[in-house]
Amino acid sequence: MMHVSATPVLALRGISKRFGAVQALTDVELEIHPGEVVALVGDNGAGKSTLVKTIAGVGPADEGVIEWEGKPVTVDRPHAAQELGIATVYQDLALCDNLDVVGNLFLGREIVRAGVLDEVEMERRARELLSTLSIRIPSVRIPIASLSGGQRQTVAIARSLLGEPKVVILDEPTAALGVEQTAQVLDLVERLRERGLGVILISHNMADVKAVADRVAVLRLGRNNGTFDVRATSQEEIISAITGATDNAVTRRKARTAEGEK
Amino acid sequence: MSTNLSKSDGAGDTPQATLPQDAQPAAEGAVTAVDPRLLVREEGFAGYWGEFRRKMRSGELGSLPVVVGLVIIGLVFQLQDSAFLGAENLSNLFVTAAGTGLIAVGIVFVLILGEIDLSVGSVSGLAAAVFAVLNVNNGMPEWLALVLAILSGALVGALHGFFFARIGVPAFVVTLAGLLGWNGLMLEVLGSNGTINLDDSGLVAGLTNHYFSDVAAAYGLATLSVVAFFALSFRDARRREAAGVPSRPLSEIVLRTAAIAVPAYVVAWLFNEYKGLPLAVVIFLGVVVALDFVLRRTPYGRKVFALGGSVEAARRAGINVSAIRISVFALSGTMAALGGMFLASQINAANQSSGAGSLLMNAIAAAVIGGTSLFGGRGKTWSALLGVLVIQSIASGMALLGIASAVQYMITGAVLLAAVVIDSVSRKTQKTAGRA
Repeated sequence: MMHVSATPVLALRGISKRFGAVQALTDVELEIHPGEVVALVGDNGAGKSTLVKTIAGVGPADEGVIEWEGKPVTVDRPHAAQELGIATVYQDLALCDNLDVVGNLFLGREIVRAGVLDEVEMERRARELLSTLSIRIPSVRIPIASLSGGQRQTVAIARSLLGEPKVVILDEPTAALGVEQTAQVLDLVERLRERGLGVILISHNMADVKAVADRVAVLRLGRNNGTFDVRATSQEEIISAITGATDNAVTRRKARTAEGEK
Repeated sequence: MSTNLSKSDGAGDTPQATLPQDAQPAAEGAVTAVDPRLLVREEGFAGYWGEFRRKMRSGELGSLPVVVGLVIIGLVFQLQDSAFLGAENLSNLFVTAAGTGLIAVGIVFVLILGEIDLSVGSVSGLAAAVFAVLNVNNGMPEWLALVLAILSGALVGALHGFFFARIGVPAFVVTLAGLLGWNGLMLEVLGSNGTINLDDSGLVAGLTNHYFSDVAAAYGLATLSVVAFFALSFRDARRREAAGVPSRPLSEIVLRTAAIAVPAYVVAWLFNEYKGLPLAVVIFLGVVVALDFVLRRTPYGRKVFALGGSVEAARRAGINVSAIRISVFALSGTMAALGGMFLASQINAANQSSGAGSLLMNAIAAAVIGGTSLFGGRGKTWSALLGVLVIQSIASGMALLGIASAVQYMITGAVLLAAVVIDSVSRKTQKTAGRA
């Protein structure tokens, strides 16, 4: 199931980032191996989005090193991240409702023949891509507006794969999706892993994390708060790492419930 | 216990998905990439008819309302005055429509972005004044003055685009300022005289009064268009077949070609009944076809549509949003200037009322009546052609019947309102049918 190689494809070493008076990230470490799904979890404001932005080149870190296949690199622009092979699917998907599936998949990297859009080639490749990912869509020539939320999410993920990335970052891909669509997206995440890609999955949903992730990296108040092997860790342990284990609302409630049961 | 925990955590509130126990086999079972709910189109004519009915029901009206409208307008005026559908009247109608139509083509681009350009009337007047002053007053060669006049339109448009895209002023306000400002500059350029008459036999005069009187010209152009349309559709279908993607069957290509051939030859025959193929129509059609190609077949056009759909998505896809916006407004200014030359050519002069009056409203109305959405993201350059024919038919018919311009304005206003109502309703239907 896991083909984890020795060198991580992407490694963050001691990443720190400040916004004015707020220390958003402090000495964060993260490693992604090829063919591995790493869930990045943490409460609101824990620094997940900030960390993703440093990887995606949207908001470079103040300190720390990003290593790509063992070598330190600078990721200061979104373009630099894309060139390395890091694809990011943001939560709001960023699709054009009025364009069809083919148009959206190839937006910004259209296939051109003698200055003219090569619609035939783009359609052929779109069908090929969607069928290798087993994505079910009524037609590649209907506007995005006619697709369901889950189908849009799969199109957005498929689009990120066109640049042949090695690492895909998915920002809450299953938020706002129904049961069936969530299962489809999780299937897709597993197919990405089978293709040997490293996946960073940001999610608030523990069921999703337990279902597809190999490891869980927990952020709390901008710091690493443990990395767990999903199979060997219970949901409660992860949640206590997210919330801070010893004294918090969760443990207090736990104690209260335990007392009540007595 | 675990539910309690996740609830107090605030993170696990989302309904927990029940995953298939064996996600792996389920994924493999899904390899058939066809959605079972997909309505597959039947082959042949039955399929074509079924597709048409489905489109009508789900609100994808396309050009149908405007074509029906043109037929109704034609019938109504023909019953009132039998000269309306005569060769002379229709030929003149096409020639007078060219100026406004060219301006409307530029408006189509701006509307696809989801913006508006209110300055096109003033810009067209300014371009005419620039040409007249350079050519008549300063003795510059006509072609050079023409190029400079059109360039001035492009420059003015780019300036609007700059204020909109870079400074962030709403396009509505920028072009409203332009509407007033460029009209003022035009009056300034024209000077105290107020009217500059153009050379009767010059280049600009020829724009609307030159006709290719050889019968072969009109029929030749019609034949060329029909053959080119058929050849391109056929080649496209063959390429699609070779690549294994769905293609149009030959019967459908023939049907579509016939649908184009009939009006093409009827119009060609009409032109030949009068003075021949008008130069204005050739240029107008050429611009519509060329810009249609740009819009639908080039990466640039795709970017324009993408901006009309979602600016943020376009930006993240690496599209230079400001550059596209500036270029579209520059194009709108260029088309306004070009249209202005045709309008000046009709009266053979540049005067203080150039580009004033109902020109701006007519150009925007033409684009909208023809089916370009005011909400951005949808439109065709052909809608400028169809829309301007509606506007010009009404104007021409009323003039023929001697109806006062007060009534003309009211009727044109009502037609515009009807077009926008159709646009809004069809958009709503498309939303409920999940197609918008």
